[in-house]
Amino acid sequence: MARPPRPDRTGPSDPMRPSPFVVRRTGRELEDAVTLELEPERGAREFPFQPGQFTMVYAMGVGEVPLSISGDPERPERLVHTLRIVGAVTRAIGGSRRGTVLGVRGPFGRGWPWESAVGKDVVVVAGGMGLAPLRPLLYRILGARGRFGKVTLSYGARTPEGILFARELEKWRGRFHLDVRVTVDSAPSGWRGAVGPVTTVLPGEGIDPARTVAFACGPEVMMRFAVVELRNRGLGADQIFVSMERNMKCAVGFCGHCQFGPTFICKDGPVFPYSRIDALARVREL
Amino acid sequence: MEKDIKDLLSEHEFFRGMAPAALELIAGCGKNVKVDEGRYLGREGEKADTFFAVRHGRVSIEVHSPERGGVIIQTLGPGEILGWSWIFPPYRWLFDARAVEVTRAVSFDGACLRKKCDADPAFGYELMKRFAVVIARRLEATRLQLLDVYGKAAAP
Amino acid sequence: MAASSPGARVLERPELGRLLEILKGRGYTVVGPTVREGAIVYDAISTIEELPAGWTDEQGPGTYRLKKRDDPALFGYVVGPHSWKKFLFPPEMRLFSARRTGASFRIEPPEGPPPRYAFLGVRACELAAIAVQDRVFMGGDRVDPTYQSRREGAFLIAVNCGQAGGTCFCVSMKTGPRARSGFDLVLTEILEEGRHEFVIESGSPEGSEVLAALGGREAAAPDHARVDRAEARAAGQMGREMETEGIRELLYRNLEHPRWDAVAARCLACANCTMACPTCFCSTVEDTSDLSGEHAERWRKWDSCFTMDFSYLHGGSLRSSTKARYRQWMTHKLGTWFDQFGTSGCVGCGRCITWCPVGIDLTEEARAIRASDEGQHHGKGH
Repeated sequence: MARPPRPDRTGPSDPMRPSPFVVRRTGRELEDAVTLELEPERGAREFPFQPGQFTMVYAMGVGEVPLSISGDPERPERLVHTLRIVGAVTRAIGGSRRGTVLGVRGPFGRGWPWESAVGKDVVVVAGGMGLAPLRPLLYRILGARGRFGKVTLSYGARTPEGILFARELEKWRGRFHLDVRVTVDSAPSGWRGAVGPVTTVLPGEGIDPARTVAFACGPEVMMRFAVVELRNRGLGADQIFVSMERNMKCAVGFCGHCQFGPTFICKDGPVFPYSRIDALARVREL
Repeated sequence: MEKDIKDLLSEHEFFRGMAPAALELIAGCGKNVKVDEGRYLGREGEKADTFFAVRHGRVSIEVHSPERGGVIIQTLGPGEILGWSWIFPPYRWLFDARAVEVTRAVSFDGACLRKKCDADPAFGYELMKRFAVVIARRLEATRLQLLDVYGKAAAP
Repeated sequence: MAASSPGARVLERPELGRLLEILKGRGYTVVGPTVREGAIVYDAISTIEELPAGWTDEQGPGTYRLKKRDDPALFGYVVGPHSWKKFLFPPEMRLFSARRTGASFRIEPPEGPPPRYAFLGVRACELAAIAVQDRVFMGGDRVDPTYQSRREGAFLIAVNCGQAGGTCFCVSMKTGPRARSGFDLVLTEILEEGRHEFVIESGSPEGSEVLAALGGREAAAPDHARVDRAEARAAGQMGREMETEGIRELLYRNLEHPRWDAVAARCLACANCTMACPTCFCSTVEDTSDLSGEHAERWRKWDSCFTMDFSYLHGGSLRSSTKARYRQWMTHKLGTWFDQFGTSGCVGCGRCITWCPVGIDLTEEARAIRASDEGQHHGKGH
């Protein structure tokens, strides 16, 4: 029972303690979304992470929010986040300039199980800002393109101006044997692309359900309906992976905020096989 | 050798599984069309005596409002059907339909088909069943769009 | 049951003060029950005289009153609004300070060694609750360093309840009334036939050291028999029970049961239950700054799933109805806790029942759901 006490372990390895990272580059993606590239201020020169993981980013004195890592896992010298400005903290973080120092904790969570898709066809379904946590997955797949079968990206945004990473999507479409299908909820006359929900640009014919894995991220409603469509095409709930989101404070499974049924989204997720959350997803206000 | 209308229809998803005799009936009211980019297939308020089975290309369903200009509500592609206002009075297009790119389709004379449906209810039922699915799917899609899920979050 | 445990001793009431002296001599801050503002709370005490001698508590759903006993028992009550989590998992704690250094900042962890507490008067249900929080904060891949340092430094003196409280149900939760493990020492107060003494047993090597220094006489069979009788008396006074068989599955099957609406109509979402509950562990993180922006702090504070803010996401609360929040609390406590930590989150202490202003009783809620288990009839599965 009682033992000689250890000193308080709030040293640098304390997961509640942010490390200083310097903003090296900023870029405006959309009217209300920016991408930041960070480097550790001192110590380790790299920030290894798995696609689908997230960090907690701290603007000193303002607050801390979870942000998806949106960069290339093969290039861990830069920690890249793409965020949408929705409140005081994201405004402070999003307003960073080169040289601003932010605090970073992480990486946290379970990422996309891309290994389970090796040798198979891949369907990536993204909606709105949901493309950000999927971008590292796409980098990984495209970086080893030969290891996968057909790869489709179905992406839905609100309007043409809301399409995230538009130039990169064009590049991928051109270069990488990647079937990029973009749609928007509405568009001005003159738009030459598809208009309709993302469920209308999922691959239809030619899906072999036995050898397809799907990864989806976006607003929860969008994911639910996309999963319905994917299951209509024969995919099992354990072949579909989604990234869930909930209020987070500690990101290490202690504060209780991110609970979703029995799961803690910060450590059991944010990526889940749909089979694990199927029953939970349909309970209102769970 | 040029394919006849019936062959084109048998390749089109909407008509999958239809009996050859029914396809023959429908083909009788159809003709092959090519619509240049930017041209209208139907205009809001005009008589809707035609519907289209899109084979290649992309068609937009649009609405024009003074404040917003022209807005595309939905687009349709190969395998899809454009137009159901021919089925019920007042037989008028509710929206504009326009070819976004060069589009090939089979266009059908609505009045001709209505007569055939009245004459042969079993055939009419087959056709209406398929239209019901088209309309239902279009409504589902519209509902998802209506939710505006990607919209900006309300200020905290 | 009546076997003599090696080394158990019996100490007379006037000698109990020696225990505190020994503990203080070993560098502990002694925390124990004391009367404050009409309740028996846990606070630092320096002498035995600060214990609630001659007091008892009358508890029921939504009620708590202190009453004078007609004997001078030191531990003649059960548990009050505080639990030991107040010390192991402090309600407010600074995680770090930050100071601007040019464009950057420096993090300064809190200074000073962690406190070393001796908890005097830990009831069996509270030992169970501490064990539950041990799993929460130390049982997984990550360990909460501040809980661990306070926990490892704590010396636990359990007290066997000689009577049940008005809202207790430790027997059906299998957590009491007898303290069986998880303590350094355990006391049973014996007040009968002109005796006022304490049978003390050790539960750890350090406990044995303290016991040896305490003196007193060796315990014999009659002393152990008195301890057993006290246990039986307390066990026989339970006023309610929780049917635990299959309760996790029961709740999973009944997430849309109309009982949730019924309890929501009464629940004020005041969060008293979560504050009083010895196992609730939710917290929030608050980042603050001084006006100059040069100094910032991060604090961890107790939080409750009953607040609207708790589930805030993208401009709204995901659990905006009281029903959703009550359901979250109860299904977590009695159901999903098993998935997360392998045990129930409830130890049967009854605090949530006592301190609920409208007297909601979770044993009654569980019973109502079980009685009209909708999942069974409609085949809804999890």
